[in-house]
Formats: sequence, C-alpha cells, structure tokens
Amino acid sequence: MREITLPKPLQRMQPYLPWLLLALGVAAPVFLSAYDLNLLARFMAMGILACGLVLIWGHGGILSLGQGVFFGLGGYAIAMHMKLADLPDGELPDFMLWSGREVLPIWWEPFASVPFTIAAIILVPMLAGAIFAWAVFHRRVGGTYFALITQALALAFATLIISQQDVTGGFNGLTDFTSVFGFGLSSPGTANGLYWVTLAILCIAFLGLRWLLASRFGIMLRATRDGENRVRFLGYATTPFKTVAFAIAALLAGVAGALFTLHAGVISPALIGVVPSIEMVIWVAVGGRYSLAGAIVGALVVNLARDSVSSAIPELWLYLMGAMFILVVTLLPKGLAGLVKERKAGGVA
Amino acid sequence: MDSALFLNQLFNGFSLASLYLLASLGLALSFGIMRVINMAHGEMLMLGGYLAWLTLMVVPGGAGILLALPVAFLGAAAMGGLVQSTVIRRLSSRPLDTLLATWGVSLILQQAARDLFGAIGVEVRAPEWLNSSFELAGVTIPSARLFIIGMAFLVLAGLALVLLKTRIGLLTRAVNQDRMMASATGIDVKRVDFLVFCLGSGIAGLAGVMLALLGPVTPNVGQSYIIPAFLVVVMGGLGSIVGTTAAALILGVFSALAQIYVDVSVAQMLMLVFVILFIQIRPQGVVAVKSRQLDA
Repeated sequence: MREITLPKPLQRMQPYLPWLLLALGVAAPVFLSAYDLNLLARFMAMGILACGLVLIWGHGGILSLGQGVFFGLGGYAIAMHMKLADLPDGELPDFMLWSGREVLPIWWEPFASVPFTIAAIILVPMLAGAIFAWAVFHRRVGGTYFALITQALALAFATLIISQQDVTGGFNGLTDFTSVFGFGLSSPGTANGLYWVTLAILCIAFLGLRWLLASRFGIMLRATRDGENRVRFLGYATTPFKTVAFAIAALLAGVAGALFTLHAGVISPALIGVVPSIEMVIWVAVGGRYSLAGAIVGALVVNLARDSVSSAIPELWLYLMGAMFILVVTLLPKGLAGLVKERKAGGVA
Repeated sequence: MDSALFLNQLFNGFSLASLYLLASLGLALSFGIMRVINMAHGEMLMLGGYLAWLTLMVVPGGAGILLALPVAFLGAAAMGGLVQSTVIRRLSSRPLDTLLATWGVSLILQQAARDLFGAIGVEVRAPEWLNSSFELAGVTIPSARLFIIGMAFLVLAGLALVLLKTRIGLLTRAVNQDRMMASATGIDVKRVDFLVFCLGSGIAGLAGVMLALLGPVTPNVGQSYIIPAFLVVVMGGLGSIVGTTAAALILGVFSALAQIYVDVSVAQMLMLVFVILFIQIRPQGVVAVKSRQLDA
C-alpha cells in the first residue's frame, strides 16, 4: 500500500505533536461551545472503547461484534445510580411507577451507593467479559464463530432490556438525570469537569494499553493471533492471554459506556444493540485496527461524520456506512493510520 | 403440563426449525468450502420476500406463490453471485474482514429496500389454501406452516440430490474436504465457490418467500432470522449439512418449547446460553468433520 510521508515541517514537529494535542484537549472548554464540547466528550468516551478494540481485534485477532453489551453494562450501572440518587427516600424511579411497579427490584438497591456503583462500572463488564470469553475460548472456539456468538449476545442483551420494561426502562432506556455524585448535571462547571475526567481516562487507557502492547503480554497476544497452534506447541496456554485481553477491552467499554451516559444524558437499547455494536468496529477499522492513536481518531472522525451527515440527510448515512465497511476493509485494512508512515517499524502507537 | 399446549409448541418448533434450516443452509454451504460467513445473507431472505410480493402483484393466487419460488430463488442467487464476485472473492483469506465487508453490503441492501418499498413493509396476500388451518389431535395446524415444513424437506432432498448425484456436487464435496488438494487436482475452486454461493443465496431466497407467508416483508425482516441462523451454523459444525439440519431442529424446538415458560426475549437469551453450553461439551459441533488439519 502507498504510504503518505508527512511534509517536512510536520515531520520535524512530530515529537511534539502528542503534547500539542494534549494541550489542545485540555484547553478545549475555553474555545468550544457547550454543545461542541459535549459532542467531543461523547466521542472521546467512544475513543476509550475503541482502544479496547485495538487490543482484542488488531493485536489479538478477536473480532467482537458485541462490545455494545459491555458499553451498556457500564452505562446502565451509572444510569441506575443517578436514577436512585435523585429520589427522595422510599420512592421509585418514574418509569417504574408508569409500568405499575410498587417495590424496587432487589438488584437495584446497592446502586444507591457511590462506591458500589463505581466498582460495578469497572468490575461487572470486566467479569462478564472474562467469563464469556473464557467459556468460548477454552473450548478452542474462535475466529468467525466467536464473532457470530458475540453478535447473538448483543441481540439477546438488547432484547432482554427492551422486554423487561418495568425494571430497565425498556425501549426508552434510562434518562432525565439531574445530578451525579452530588454535582448538578446542568451546570457548566460539571460539564467541564466531566470532560476533563473523560480526557484523563482516555489518556490513561491510551498509555496503559501502549505499555501493555509493548510488553511480553502484547507479544504473546500477537503471536496467538498469527499462529495460535504454534504458540501452543511452544508450551503456552493461549486461552488466558485471549481472555485477559477480552476482559480489559470489556472493562474499557464499560467505563466508556458510563462516561457516554453522563455526557449524553441517556442510555437505551438503541445505543447498545447489534447495529451500534458493529458500528463500534467501523470506528476502529477506519482509524486503523493496529494503532491506538488511529482508533481514537477513527472514533472521533466517524462519529463526527455521522453526526453531520445524519442530521442533514438521514438516509444517506446508512449507505455511507455500508460503503465505508466495504471500502476500508477491502482497500485499506490498516485504516487511516496505515497511511501515515510509522516513524519506527513495528511501533504500536 | 397441558399436553395440547406442548404439542402445539412442538409443531411450532418444527416450523421454526424449518425456517432456521432454510436460512442457514446457504451459510453452512459456503462456510464449508470457503470458511467465510456472509452477513448479508439475511438480506437474501428479504430479497426473496420482496420478489414474492412483486410476483404476486403480477400473478395473484396460488399459481403466484408457486411462480414466486423460482423467481425468488433466481433473484437471490443472482444477488448472491454479485456479492460473491465483487466483495467476498477479494477477501477470501480474511474471514473476519469478510464479516465486516458483507455487513456493509447488508446495510446498503436494507437501506435500498427502505427507499424502494418503504420502511413499513409490504403484505403478501397468501392464497386461500395457505390461509386456512385444521385441527389434528388437539393441535391447530395452519397450512402455511405445514407448507414451510414441506418446503424444508423438499429443499433438503434437492440439495442432497445435487451434492450426491451431480458433478458440481462432487466437486463441492471435494473442495469441502480439502480445498488445497482439490485445487491441485485441477478443480476450478473459484468457480465452485461462486456456484455454491449462488445456490446458498437462492435457498435463502426461498426462505424469504416462506417468511412472506407468515408476516409482512420489511427491510429488516432478514435480521430477525439471521442471528439464530448464525447460531445454527456455529452449532452444526464446519458447514456439515447433516449437522446444520440437526442444529436447526434442536434450536427451533428448544426455542419454541422455552416459550411455554418464558417470553420470546428470555427464550432468545436461553438459546444463546444453550449454544454456549453446547460448545462446552461438543466444540466441534453436532457433526464433527474428521480431519488431520489443525487449522481447519
């Protein structure tokens, strides 16, 4: 594939580019309108999920068409907390009253606590991901089969949420939040704070995964992707590598879901089902499946494009996305990142 | 438990299994020889449904339905051939990328159907003899569902004939057993891929006609059947036709019987759990294909 070499002045600037971007990111609340800042924060949350996909798909060869499930687990955890936090003692969330429920379901109760909610956002998606991945991988089922099973998982999860309207909010999901951890969501200060938190977590995810991918773990993961049986013959069990990678990606998806819910003010089955789950893969495919930076850029660019195209001509977006899937995968398997010449061969970031 | 209810659901299970089978046979055939899954397979069902509707506009009544079958078969086969030769062939050694690219095809076909026929869907007027039902041992049997079961049997028999008695069937079995050796003996593997893909898509087109008899044809009608069909392929075992048939039966009957106790959405979750549990016991699928290849 032809690679574009950056123009000379840019090349000289390249070592400073990350710092420049970071400074721009930190300062964004100053020069962006509240609406644009909110959009950027949402897309950054999606970037966190995209980093997880680079880990499992790019470097692990595990295609998950069900990341929306873990995104949803994180999103619903924080949404349940906010629903309960807004309530006077002994009352029920509005949608439960509408569907005629009289008592709070027992599994809702612990979400009133802040530490429990934070722990749930991190642990529930991670454990769910680990158990699911282990159950499939330890019987040496992988590749296409795994992708199909994850898609079935996304379908089952979304359908289940829609059908249990009285305890999940059904098709409309959970919305109308007023505050989070004691901060009013309508104040600009909270919006900026949440933006910075998202930026910080995105940076942590980026740096953490960059370290992980360069470590022995990353090498083993890539080796498993390229020749799982050869790695087995060398005496390694491959299932733990794949399971851990999948659990980390699920954790990142869960955190991304929680942050997204805070910025968007809603979580619903329409955001986590089969179609959104596979859309998450296209962000990474466009940006570059092997590159963390590429995946973040992909999440931002694709979502920005989606936002502008679908508000102008809604029907066009699906054609565009369909064409994007076909063209990127057949002509540009390394995504946008593949176009930019790597400074050092084999670099992962 | 009420035995009439049980028998009723058992019958529904068989008819559901027939739909799963018709929807998954094409997937299994091409998975068996190419190791790729066409995510746009659901849209071949949709196409079959719309073709049935169009045929019945021109020729109403019972003759229309019988005419719709070959029309849907040929239409879906042509579309399948187009997708295979333009997209899938280019990605032959990258099965995961094939999933994504064909998903793109699926999005485009769905949106095209939405623009052409509207988002609400169209209703096929089934002829009188398909709209009736009769009672047998306390079970109400709608003739449309019986027709579907009969069609599944016919397609299976036809497929068996093609695979066992024709030259292309022989070549298909050869490529299925060992692609590289088949190619080395001079079989035009690419041509076999193409023909098998057309055949599989055509069968999905027939399934689409069956769906049209049950309810309105909508742009995403294929989506509701395709994910169970994927699970059927996972459970069947490396594209084996016998395995696929058994898996379709197991999942169809399981899903219908589960719906005695729980609602449809929970039944769907249970079906997934069932498949995951099943691969704990038999990861190689219902029918294991004996092979010394490690990376089969």
